[in-house]
Amino acid sequence: MSKSYGPYPAVIDISFEVLRGEIVGFLGPNGAGKTTTMRVVTGFTPPTEGDVTVGGYDVVSHSLDVRRHIGYLPETVPLYLDMTVMDYLTYMGEIRGMNKSWVKERLPKVIDMVKLGEYRNTLVGRLSKGYRQRVGISQAILHEPDVLVMDEPTIGIDPIQVVETRELISNLGEEHTMLLSSHILPEVSAICKRVLVINDGRIVADDKPDDLSEKLQHAERIEISIRGAEAPAFINAMRDISDVVDARSDQRASIVQRAEREDFLPFIVDARPNAQATETIAKTIINNGWGLTNLTPLPMTLEEIFLELTTEENLGD
Amino acid sequence: MAYVVSAAFLAITGFFFVASVSDAFAEASIRGYLAGAIFFMIFMSPALTMRLLAEEQKLGTLELLLTSPLREFEIVFGKFIAALVTTMVMVGLSLYFVLVLFVYGDPDVGPLLTGLVGLTLYASATLAVGLFASALSSNQIVGLVVGSGILTALTIIDFVSARLSGTAAQVLDAFQLGASFSVFDLDSFGVAEGGHFADFARGIISLTDIAYYSSITAVFLLLTVLVLEARRWR
Repeated sequence: MSKSYGPYPAVIDISFEVLRGEIVGFLGPNGAGKTTTMRVVTGFTPPTEGDVTVGGYDVVSHSLDVRRHIGYLPETVPLYLDMTVMDYLTYMGEIRGMNKSWVKERLPKVIDMVKLGEYRNTLVGRLSKGYRQRVGISQAILHEPDVLVMDEPTIGIDPIQVVETRELISNLGEEHTMLLSSHILPEVSAICKRVLVINDGRIVADDKPDDLSEKLQHAERIEISIRGAEAPAFINAMRDISDVVDARSDQRASIVQRAEREDFLPFIVDARPNAQATETIAKTIINNGWGLTNLTPLPMTLEEIFLELTTEENLGD
Repeated sequence: MAYVVSAAFLAITGFFFVASVSDAFAEASIRGYLAGAIFFMIFMSPALTMRLLAEEQKLGTLELLLTSPLREFEIVFGKFIAALVTTMVMVGLSLYFVLVLFVYGDPDVGPLLTGLVGLTLYASATLAVGLFASALSSNQIVGLVVGSGILTALTIIDFVSARLSGTAAQVLDAFQLGASFSVFDLDSFGVAEGGHFADFARGIISLTDIAYYSSITAVFLLLTVLVLEARRWR
């Protein structure tokens, strides 16, 4: 399917299938088309071209059936701030077509699951971001939907709560078919069995998280600080190592400043990702009698990952 | 919000009621009260409805409603009924005026009842316009200004038609909402003579007037549904 907002294409000719019980992660930078795709799947907005079906129902012609089977947590958690947690969830259950006795039976279980017990009578507006997120998750799972769609469920909450939220989502994955979006690779790897990478409105990869990481590790970037060496000599020495792809001076302003103050030379070395490379680099430095003050592998940023995936696709064509 | 509006509604209608019955030869009727009520509703109805859809858009809860198994018209109709019930509760609170009339005078029951029927229809129409305005943006103030703007335009339409003649004037007159800006003129009791409320205030129920208010209500509720649906397709 494709989706455009006026003349602006948001998602271009993407196609994927999620099987019952699968947990699929949707990974992409901001503006890649994740939210748009989820809005189409949940029936909030129809696709411009193509068809989308959820549980056999078309999202346009059988929108109500689709919506009955989906639990959705939008990116900005939609909450009525002047309602208590219980009132809000009861209301959400009712508009999802749950009858009173079902709500009564189900609500305590959900509140227990997301550990909101002590806040059940607190106004939603008084809760911290992490707890609001839990209320948001509660409304999504309340009516026991077959399919759960969660848009950036851990965005903007503190690290401890992120861990708890991820755990909660992992547990939910045991009972639901799940589509989850994120712009954090480790998060998707931790929760999902399958990852779709989306960039600029197109799906650029569809893989298991492990395979994806392997594909991405063409090179490891290492930050190195040296005392008592000339820059050209160091760079040449590094380039002589067979596992090193490239070596150069680190030009990042903050590092350069610190280097001048603390009198060391900063470098960036790209090496093939194996343990030997790092070991050989360290040995070479020591053998040359240079002072090694820092050797840190740098994590790849998401932008670099996407660049890598997209350029690789292009090479393949 | 509702409490503040209720208080203002009671104060203003009370003022008009008192003004209309404190005359030396005052008639025992609620025409003054009705004039105050329909005049104030030009602003009160949009104030009551301005939040209803604008806030849902601002908080993002509209996304939740639209991804729930609910149809747009169910959402709009629910909001409308809620606003109408709130308004009728306010009207109900102000009905002690009627008791006062029965205690101190001998009011004619006919115009009393038609007046209240008219007021209900009038309230529906103004609330539907307000709800439509609220759907237009996530900003409540926009809803208030647009809603009151439409209602004011329909109210002062006779200013324009008075300067025209022939068919144009008749067509414009047919849209006169009912209130008059000459509210302090006790002869007209603030009800526009040519407007659709005049007959209700006099004790006459006319099909034209019922059709007018019902049409305004239906058209604006439909427009509200369309605005919500358009949001989906954008």
